[in-house]
Amino acid sequence: MARIGVFLCYCNLRAAGALNKDDVTAAVSSLSDVVHASAAEDLCLDPTCAHLQQQITADNLDGVVITTCSAATHEENLRRVLASQGLQSHQVEIVDLEDYFSWPRFETAEETTARVIEALDNAVAKIRGAQALPGVTTRITKRALVIGGGIAGIQTSLDIADAGYEVLLVEKTSSIGGHMLQYAEVFPTLDCPQCIGTPKMVEVGQHPNITIMAYSEIESVSGSVGDFTVKIRKKATYVDWDKCNGCGICQQKCLTPVASEYNQQLPFNQAKAISIPFAQAVPNKPVINREVCGHFTTGLCQVCSQICPLQAIDYDQQDTILEEKVGAIVVTAGFDLMPKKEISEFYDDPDIVHGLEFERVLCPSGPTAGVVRRPSDGKEPKEVVFVSCIGSRDPEHGVSYCSRVCCMYLAKQALLYRHVVHDGQAYVFYMDQRTTGKGYEEFVQRAVEEYGVMYLRGRVSKIFRDGDTLRVQGADTLTGQKVDIACDMVVLGMAMMPSEGAKDLARKLGIATNEYGFIAEAHPKLRPLETSVAGIYVAGTAQGPRDIPDSVAMGSGAASSVLELFSQDEVVTDTLAAAGNEG
Amino acid sequence: MDLYYYPGCTLKTKSKNFEDSAIAALAALGVNLIELPRWNCCGAAFSLSDDDLIHQVAPVRTLIRAQEQGAAKLLTLCAFCYNTLKRANMIITHDADKKDTLNRFMDEEPDYSGGVEPVHLLEVLRDDVGWETLAEKVSKPLSGLKVAPYYGCTLVRPSDIALDDVEQPSVLHKLIEALGATAVGFPFETECCGSFQTVSTPEFVNECAWNILSSAAGRGAEVLAVSCPLCEYNLAVKQKELTVQYTGFKQLPVIYFTQLLALALGVDTEGCRFDLGYMNNQAFLESKGLIA
Repeated sequence: MARIGVFLCYCNLRAAGALNKDDVTAAVSSLSDVVHASAAEDLCLDPTCAHLQQQITADNLDGVVITTCSAATHEENLRRVLASQGLQSHQVEIVDLEDYFSWPRFETAEETTARVIEALDNAVAKIRGAQALPGVTTRITKRALVIGGGIAGIQTSLDIADAGYEVLLVEKTSSIGGHMLQYAEVFPTLDCPQCIGTPKMVEVGQHPNITIMAYSEIESVSGSVGDFTVKIRKKATYVDWDKCNGCGICQQKCLTPVASEYNQQLPFNQAKAISIPFAQAVPNKPVINREVCGHFTTGLCQVCSQICPLQAIDYDQQDTILEEKVGAIVVTAGFDLMPKKEISEFYDDPDIVHGLEFERVLCPSGPTAGVVRRPSDGKEPKEVVFVSCIGSRDPEHGVSYCSRVCCMYLAKQALLYRHVVHDGQAYVFYMDQRTTGKGYEEFVQRAVEEYGVMYLRGRVSKIFRDGDTLRVQGADTLTGQKVDIACDMVVLGMAMMPSEGAKDLARKLGIATNEYGFIAEAHPKLRPLETSVAGIYVAGTAQGPRDIPDSVAMGSGAASSVLELFSQDEVVTDTLAAAGNEG
Repeated sequence: MDLYYYPGCTLKTKSKNFEDSAIAALAALGVNLIELPRWNCCGAAFSLSDDDLIHQVAPVRTLIRAQEQGAAKLLTLCAFCYNTLKRANMIITHDADKKDTLNRFMDEEPDYSGGVEPVHLLEVLRDDVGWETLAEKVSKPLSGLKVAPYYGCTLVRPSDIALDDVEQPSVLHKLIEALGATAVGFPFETECCGSFQTVSTPEFVNECAWNILSSAAGRGAEVLAVSCPLCEYNLAVKQKELTVQYTGFKQLPVIYFTQLLALALGVDTEGCRFDLGYMNNQAFLESKGLIA
């Protein structure tokens, strides 16, 4: 025989007039097994919920139903109080009036009252048979998995590893570093990302507590906080990385040139079918691209295998699946730029490039060695038009959200372009300048005042080829004039999107994403680094568009959440558990 | 196949060449056009005022005429008529309040709830006839003719009534290729011709026409195919002035896509109505060896 107490928490601010609380308590009192039902004003105001505690003792309650406003903010505190009174999770039911009922504003107070009574009836029924269960504890495996080796993942790994715990860093490409390493100088201080990024990459590579698993992807995840089992697919590289010392002679001698993915397929230089993506790669080991490799396509070529002084080439290598135990997971899976083809109006013109392509053109270690050249004929462009918000803030053609970094990186690119091409002119079309970071607004002013970048407030209506030049037509809404610019090159500030495969990864982890595929945080303001699953955290652009300082700060924050978990030896398993029901 | 067809005012007056060539071409394709009884003006320009429902009475009344005939689709030729009819129908299907107001206002008519779908001839050619079938029926391929496809605004804007991709439409390109001619794409395919500004600010329309025509000619086009009588007027009539206004401007024949369609399907010169129009297309096509 259960002894259930029902508490209708309400506050005058929201509930006044919305429902008849006396009718609710009267109706609930008559339910079987309910020994106490009362309206309790503002439970949240007293952190100890003394009233609740007294009532539980007085009536010897073994089940409690509480109505709250948003459970997202109050549920945990209430459960903590109830747990201190010996009630387990499954013996407590929270009826969330705000989120599940949109804080009841039905047509009449009578209708609202009836709906709340119905909900309470269901909640009582749910815990009626609940009996106390023996507690189950899990020992925490003090080893973390970090998914994604960009700057956020690097920071997370280093912080956890420095605290003395083992880290497994899984990266899908063959080197860590992420997009940051592809950039020219980064805003607002114009540091060289290769100079500030590679020491961190090397630190990761040398760290005794970090194991890098490059060219690997997550296959499946099971278990729960403190005790996850992860299967990782180590993709075949066709090179025995244990033997290889990264001398690079294979890519020198390889007979099959291919467009370099790392250099955004720009025409200025080419990679080889066997290649290390960039000079500072960590690990500095090559991968064979079997789609183009002469050995795999024709069966005739064996140049790399014959030239390798360490006999490291292994054409028969297969993918392998490794199983690892970890206690916490941090998702730092990063972003991709929206492809240009998503915006159908842009002709497939080689001189219309996106932001990442232009970063490679500007980058001193890029395919043009920092000499600004345009893809079509290699000439130095004398007029360059930068266009903001392509795909972002444009639900008609792309996505509704702001990508946050484009205002800054376009200003930076325009400034760097003017720094290199002294007689060049840079134009930036913008909707509004969103330069909210530290030193950001000052940076844009510098681009305008010291580097003469011309800012035009307005949208571009048309970009088309006119002989040797591109014509950009748009509006300057500050002067009310139509603008028609003949230029040599156009740079598009394309929207940031979740990285390819992010939704699939989220599904494997059982964590929620938003409609675009960015990982959803547990609470948009107060729990920004936790995901919907305990023990799985998120940092960097996997969560939404971020700049480098934010990504690094989130990485450190996620690491400290992991360390907080690792400061305990065991977790008590909650008696309530949700299970996914796919399809 | 029988299809109910809405000609609209201009096709009965200034643009007989558009209507006659379309009817002849469709007959050659085995499509019989039945002119909608008691049709009225489409409203000419879609009113953008939210509370200006009186402007929707004309197109909706025409759709009611089609409903009376039991027509599921109503064919339009003029791009402007397509636009106004389709957008009026969108109001009926997407805004219950406005639908009720219109129905109550027209209490002499039966109620209408959007059951007639306005379609454009280009959609019928693409979706019902198909490019391959059309190409098979071409008896006189327009080989060697370089045609610039000009969409203008009203076939593809706004996006919710567009008959093709808003920014990069391809239906006219495919039609031109199916007729054996060469489609010459150009950046101003969907740029506005200046429309009714031709009455109040003709110099602005001159600029629009010059942009469109010089861009098409610059890409090597020999003729511009249009689907709207107002586009034809603005782009053809203005050419004499452009010759004076812009140094180096060369005239470019402007022709309805239905005339090219009829010609390729073997309709004779009279049936194609090359005798009408603002430019001497007859002489041009003779010079290309396409008509005798």
